Amino acid sequence: MTDASRNTPSHGMQGTVQRLVWPHSVPQACEELIQAGARLQMAYAWFPRPGDAPEVLYLADKGPHQPFEILRCTLPQDQQELPSMAPRIPLLGWYEREMHELCGIHFKGHPEPRPLVLHEGSQPPFPPLDPRYEPTEPMPYTESPWDLPPLEGGDVQILPFGPVRADVLESAQILFYYIGEAILHCHPRLFFKHRGMEKRFEGLTPQMGALMAERISGVDSIAHTLAFCQAVESACACSVPPRALYLRTILAELERLYNHLYYLGHLCHTTTLKVGEAQGKLLSEQCKQINGLFTGSRFLRALITPGGLRRDLDVSSLPSKLHALEPEIDRYMELLEQTNSHLDRLITTGHLPAQIAYDQGATGPIKRASGITHDLRSDHPYAAYAELPMEIPVRSEGDAHARVQIRIQEIRNSLALIFTAVDRLPTGPVISPLDPVPSAEGLGWCEGTRGSIYYCVHFDPQGRFARVKIKSSSFSNWRVFPFTVHDTNMMDYAINEASFGLTMAGCDR
Amino acid sequence: MPLWTLFGLNRGLATTPWPNKADASMQPGVLGLPQYHPEQCREDCRDCADACLPKAITIADRNLHLDYGKCIGCQLCTEACPSQAMTPSNNWAFGVRDRKDLEWTDALNSPLARELKNGILKHFKRSLHIRHVDAGSCNGCESELQALNNPFYNLHRLGIFFTPSPRFADLLLVTGSVTYAMRGPLLETWNAMPEPRWVMATGTCAVSGGITGGGYSCAHGLEGILPVDVYLPGCPPNPAAIIQALLLLLDRTGQKVHGGRYAS
Repeated sequence: MTDASRNTPSHGMQGTVQRLVWPHSVPQACEELIQAGARLQMAYAWFPRPGDAPEVLYLADKGPHQPFEILRCTLPQDQQELPSMAPRIPLLGWYEREMHELCGIHFKGHPEPRPLVLHEGSQPPFPPLDPRYEPTEPMPYTESPWDLPPLEGGDVQILPFGPVRADVLESAQILFYYIGEAILHCHPRLFFKHRGMEKRFEGLTPQMGALMAERISGVDSIAHTLAFCQAVESACACSVPPRALYLRTILAELERLYNHLYYLGHLCHTTTLKVGEAQGKLLSEQCKQINGLFTGSRFLRALITPGGLRRDLDVSSLPSKLHALEPEIDRYMELLEQTNSHLDRLITTGHLPAQIAYDQGATGPIKRASGITHDLRSDHPYAAYAELPMEIPVRSEGDAHARVQIRIQEIRNSLALIFTAVDRLPTGPVISPLDPVPSAEGLGWCEGTRGSIYYCVHFDPQGRFARVKIKSSSFSNWRVFPFTVHDTNMMDYAINEASFGLTMAGCDR
Repeated sequence: MPLWTLFGLNRGLATTPWPNKADASMQPGVLGLPQYHPEQCREDCRDCADACLPKAITIADRNLHLDYGKCIGCQLCTEACPSQAMTPSNNWAFGVRDRKDLEWTDALNSPLARELKNGILKHFKRSLHIRHVDAGSCNGCESELQALNNPFYNLHRLGIFFTPSPRFADLLLVTGSVTYAMRGPLLETWNAMPEPRWVMATGTCAVSGGITGGGYSCAHGLEGILPVDVYLPGCPPNPAAIIQALLLLLDRTGQKVHGGRYAS
């Protein structure tokens, strides 16, 4: 216990170590965490009682197999302000801006005091996550000029790309400040798809909450629902039956499989390797069809629920289906790695140094391609991962090719994990009864296809959700991505963006 | 690139013969939206309505009202129903021209087709260019739209193409419940399209808002924003369902759903 602490609560966020801190001691408490080797993961705010001041929570990962630590800071009613930690811990920059817009908290000394989640021209009567904001009330909005980086010198041009982009893509706008072929600065404008998903959990039961979690990012349905359910189960001290834990692991790896195969195909699209594109997308389609065959949903939805699974699955013939596909997948990845025209476009493209990856909050394959070994499946095992052998691939090059190689290795890992899990699948029930505990709180996490996902859930005194915070992997990686675009060229942009494998829905929520 | 040419030739044909040749197992195992069997329905029971988050099932004066335009296919009603009046089904071809056809009616009275517009549409039958706009989806719909161009569905063979510019587009295909920030870009895209032009609301969010409509930042799909020619609920609709709805728009296939009833 150090000077920054107030006292230790007897209840609170299950599965974590908590420290209550005063607003002025937040910097010191964060510094202590950094010195102890911890990495801050996210920050968010909520309103424990309507009309009261918000509480801000900082989540830190103290290393493999250590419990997560949470700093909790209740703000005084008359001064909802905190010192900005973004100058010291850059990855917190976006979380602070989000808290400013959605919860009305001011962060003193923020290096980027610009709108992020709510676009210029939004005029909410209260901050939207304030309980006094009526859940069904539309936010007044008039289109307004944007706050853009200033421009000097006549040669620099601005190219706005999006929000409606070529092909079938999610909506986002990328502004390029460029001279000829050279990109000087890349300024993404995101959150066109901000649907206010966190607010929608308010008042829902755990079971209905799972339907919401499935729809945060469709291609990450399992990862989001898993993290959400684990947060609820932790809050309500519900122990999930072993068979459900194994089936959840299988579902999570099936999701990784179809996503990574699509990723390889889409990347070939950007390097104009046509047959490679067709084959990657075909393999992804075949995996989706296998999903449909075994679960009834190509996106593996309508299965995971707090307490376990809604129904049992017969996966006995799943390995034979995947074994039939395995040689094709292997051959495909082998060919990609032998194709010079493809590799030429990937090697050295979109370089992300390890230090920037760490400081700006990169996660998942992006981080592991820049030399940072960390994977929630092995470091903080959940579902059945503690009992399954697994290799975590890491590369140090930090370029588009390294990001591909990580995913290629993960495809092999996913197949191996599924085979082992089906082999060792326990028998028994797939769901335990779960009773919502009034005012309980819980943290859940999952290493999704694109990286770490965290859910923090707070129940109200009636056992319904008062607040659900979602930390998605794409929110983290979109923050990092522009650092690999500044001072590069237009030709590489599409390849670089594809090599990150980002989603908008997960980022914008 | 001889390596990839040889590879492609060796790999052979991957495309499904559907819909030119009927293939009953087009989406084996994939669950569609639940099927309603009114004869099984118990009076004084509202389990399905209580289990329905998007309020696709509502009960007023003991009458069950079912609107597939709001259904996200979560299957909770099929689990909640004590008498199998709601059952899981493989019904996914839910594209309809008239929004009302997604609502269950006891007496079937399909409205008249809009003949003039369909007359013009006749000339587009063999070729259609689509501009897609993501107005705030969860990306499940995008994932299935992207799948349309994979070798299995191979949308091009049907004369249907995605186009980057709205200037070349005949159809505006919209996904998502329409966020406040995407409303402007969506309308600008629509305004940039030459007439005649059509709109397809793809996915339950675009049809009615589903469970993501409303709130501080979303509309309820295209309701009151754009005139819709084909509604396709589903969460998300699978690629075959999207193709079926596109062919329905082009009058190259029939509508499966009338008055909320799915033709077998």
